[in-house]
Amino acid sequence: MSAPASPPPGVLEDRRLIALVAGRRRWDIVFAVAGALLVAASLAVLGVLLATLVRDGAARLAPDSIGGFVSNFPSRFPARAGIRSALAGTALVMFVTMITAIPLGVMAGIYLEEYARKNWVTTVIEINIANLAGVPSIIWGLMALGLFVYTFGLGRSILTAGLTLGLLVLPIVIVATREAIRAIPQGIREASFACGATKLQTVRHHILPYSMPGILTGSIIALSRAIGETAPLITIGALTYIAFLPPAPFTAESKPIPADGESVSAVYSVFHQATAWLQSEFTVLPIQMFNWVSKPNPEFHVNAAATGLILLAVTLVMNTVAITLRYRLRRRIQW
Amino acid sequence: MVTRVRSSPVFVEPPPPMPTPIVPIQAPPQEVSPPPTVRASVEDLSFFYGKFQALKSVSMPVYDKRITALIGPSGCGKSTLLRCVNRMHDLYRDARYQGKILLQPGDINLIAPGVDPIAVRMRIGMVFQKPNPFPKSIYENVAFGPRLRGVRDKAKLDHEVEAALRDAALWDEVKGVLQRNAFQLSGGQQQRLCIARALATRPDILLFDEPTSALDPIATGRIEELMLQLRSRVTVIVVTHNMQQASRVSDYTGFMYLGELVEFSPTPRLFQTPAKKLTEQYISGRFG
Amino acid sequence: MQDRRNAPSGSESPGAPLRGISTRRRVAEWFGESALFLAAASSILITLGIVGVLAYESSTFFRHVSLRAFFTDKEWTPLFDPPHYGIWPLLSGTLTTTLVGLSISITVGTIVAVWMSEYAPHRLREVVKPVLELLSAVPTVVFGYFALLVVTPFLQRFIPGLPGFNMLSAGIVIGIMTIPYVASLSEDAMRAVPNNLREGAYAMGATRFNTAWRVVVPAGFSGITSAYILAISRALGETMIVAVAAGTQPNLTFDPREPGATITAFIVSVSLGDLPHGSIGYQSIFAAGVTLFILTLGFNIAGHWLRRRFREAY
Repeated sequence: MSAPASPPPGVLEDRRLIALVAGRRRWDIVFAVAGALLVAASLAVLGVLLATLVRDGAARLAPDSIGGFVSNFPSRFPARAGIRSALAGTALVMFVTMITAIPLGVMAGIYLEEYARKNWVTTVIEINIANLAGVPSIIWGLMALGLFVYTFGLGRSILTAGLTLGLLVLPIVIVATREAIRAIPQGIREASFACGATKLQTVRHHILPYSMPGILTGSIIALSRAIGETAPLITIGALTYIAFLPPAPFTAESKPIPADGESVSAVYSVFHQATAWLQSEFTVLPIQMFNWVSKPNPEFHVNAAATGLILLAVTLVMNTVAITLRYRLRRRIQW
Repeated sequence: MVTRVRSSPVFVEPPPPMPTPIVPIQAPPQEVSPPPTVRASVEDLSFFYGKFQALKSVSMPVYDKRITALIGPSGCGKSTLLRCVNRMHDLYRDARYQGKILLQPGDINLIAPGVDPIAVRMRIGMVFQKPNPFPKSIYENVAFGPRLRGVRDKAKLDHEVEAALRDAALWDEVKGVLQRNAFQLSGGQQQRLCIARALATRPDILLFDEPTSALDPIATGRIEELMLQLRSRVTVIVVTHNMQQASRVSDYTGFMYLGELVEFSPTPRLFQTPAKKLTEQYISGRFG
Repeated sequence: MQDRRNAPSGSESPGAPLRGISTRRRVAEWFGESALFLAAASSILITLGIVGVLAYESSTFFRHVSLRAFFTDKEWTPLFDPPHYGIWPLLSGTLTTTLVGLSISITVGTIVAVWMSEYAPHRLREVVKPVLELLSAVPTVVFGYFALLVVTPFLQRFIPGLPGFNMLSAGIVIGIMTIPYVASLSEDAMRAVPNNLREGAYAMGATRFNTAWRVVVPAGFSGITSAYILAISRALGETMIVAVAAGTQPNLTFDPREPGATITAFIVSVSLGDLPHGSIGYQSIFAAGVTLFILTLGFNIAGHWLRRRFREAY
């Protein structure tokens, strides 16, 4: 190929070069536009999703019917069906989930960042956590079914659900904790040690308090993930037609508290009364929605859309809060 | 001179106040006063990072209530030596000590294998190169040390905090805003806060690791002034890459090169009539 | 007053030996560290739990069903009489929906990532990226609703005879759901490419388009393939979208216009029923689960290996 002829004096480019460059520039513009369009389309899906749910389900959430929707149990009649049991179930299961995931996750994160030495045990632990993060959620359900429901005998209960989801979101909490701790500069640790503090004291007075905001953000994200999880809960046997609420503490009609002063069984009884709800069967919002959308009767789809709207709103709000928190955090403490 | 505190979040270094010390300071000791006692002695100290030997058989005295400076070019081991005294190396892997650092009275070897580093750090304090206050209130920063040592009574804590802040020449500037976050102080004030924090632990020896290299000249001047005030009240070892600072502030100076202590003598003598050629070359700026 | 500063800690007299931390504190330290270690090590226990349960239940299954039948039988009907235990109908469902999804998420995701990294103004990217990530935060059952009641009717207008349950809608929505995974992670990888590589290309007269595709994307290769593998794993394991929109009838076909059950949808449909513990039907869900687990594990390991092999040292 012959070299391009040099342009006449006073001109930067010759004609061939101009055509070449113009061709490439065209691709540039085409791509810029295509990219922007695709981004807009992807974001538009969110909008379409929201709009669909509103179109289909807003009627159920209107001021005159939302009261009934929220306070009714599921029913064979779509107009009378409600999410009361699902709401209660979601709240209780999320409570157990957070109690499981947060302490365990934060402690694991602290260990890995502050205490762990670079030996094979640490490597194995880190590989494990990375793998667990990639396990499909239904496999968690299978594990819970075999292990929690049957081997441990915990049954198809809120306790099982909370434990399962807690372990499922554990990697999220661990990663968030580790990132938050890593942001703390080494100088702070050195200052604490130089004052004579032990490792545990440094963790308690400095590491933990300063990483709290980051841990909080991670917990919110974990919670929002857990609220939307359906598959594992179906697998462990969450029912789709629950017309009762788990027993509130101290109302279960199980063993009455003995009045004869036998302290051990009295303590057991009190414990049993306070925790009977943990052993109760349950349902949660996403399962209720799944149940309704699977019914051929389109009137049930209205209920499904209404539930979906609630779920979507909750998830989006939580994620936005977490993102804003993370953004604010990055600006607040300039280490 | 009234120092007005601005309402903007970042404090600007106020001009130096008139010299009215809160506590009367002794006149600098005359040369004829009794010879100083030895507070600690480094004996044949060697230090290894893994296979690399960073300190080679260093021996030197640390005189009680005097300021000892360590100078030398980058990498000569002066910070390494300093960090041996309060066992900071124990926080990282592969640190090996050889020899002794004897704390007096009692001939306590700080780097003996059976000695708990935490115990050492309860007696030795450190101020770092980059000011590292905790992101807590000014009060809580200073109170951290006493709290670790079991002081719980609020009145006693208040007393300790005030005393430490006074001794660090910071009290007048912060006495009304003790609850404010330490990060809102200027760089120089933060460093004085770190000094107060260390002083509050009543250390046997106070270590300064290049305390002014991250500060502007005005702040540096104030810290040097503070160090002079601490002279004859606290035993100090200061590492500095600034020779003039060493000659201004210290009573004794040690010159280190490539992990060895080349020369150690009273400051005026080391700077005016150094005994070793290497020392003379460093002081006259031939290298480093 | 002057001497106070150097008074030994507390009320010790000079000459006292170094007092270490008290025994009580020492015990507390030990307990603290052990508790923290146990928390971290629990991850190992969890993995063992998963592997153990899957192995145990499926081993019981494979005592009744030969591996050969498992892989060659063309039907999967464990609850019928006579039962068939061929895994391929479920695998074909899983693979079909995943492939449809990936064809969308990988193309769109990569283009979006390049756009965000090389073209978009900084401020715009800071807004677009988190909002895009919101897309992946939507509960999958909501996506399932969308697939069944919006995408399918829409597609039925263009594809006559498209059944109400079909793998195409489900696949498309899976693709949409995984776009953020591909886009966000690839964009991170591309942003990590140092600027001097780009400058070298620009200095030779390359356009943004040339630089992006010939320099940046190859440079960020390991991170981008990681993102792809993550999307693959996510698509393989997706449950609710397919359960709602693709149906739960196992169907050995790779034609996305037909309904079909994935491994995950099958497990869900069985769990909705009432299966006695220990029955062959109960064990069949574990056999299906083990297949899925091995598939995703395989991809995760491949991803890990790829990352290490091609990790760039800038």
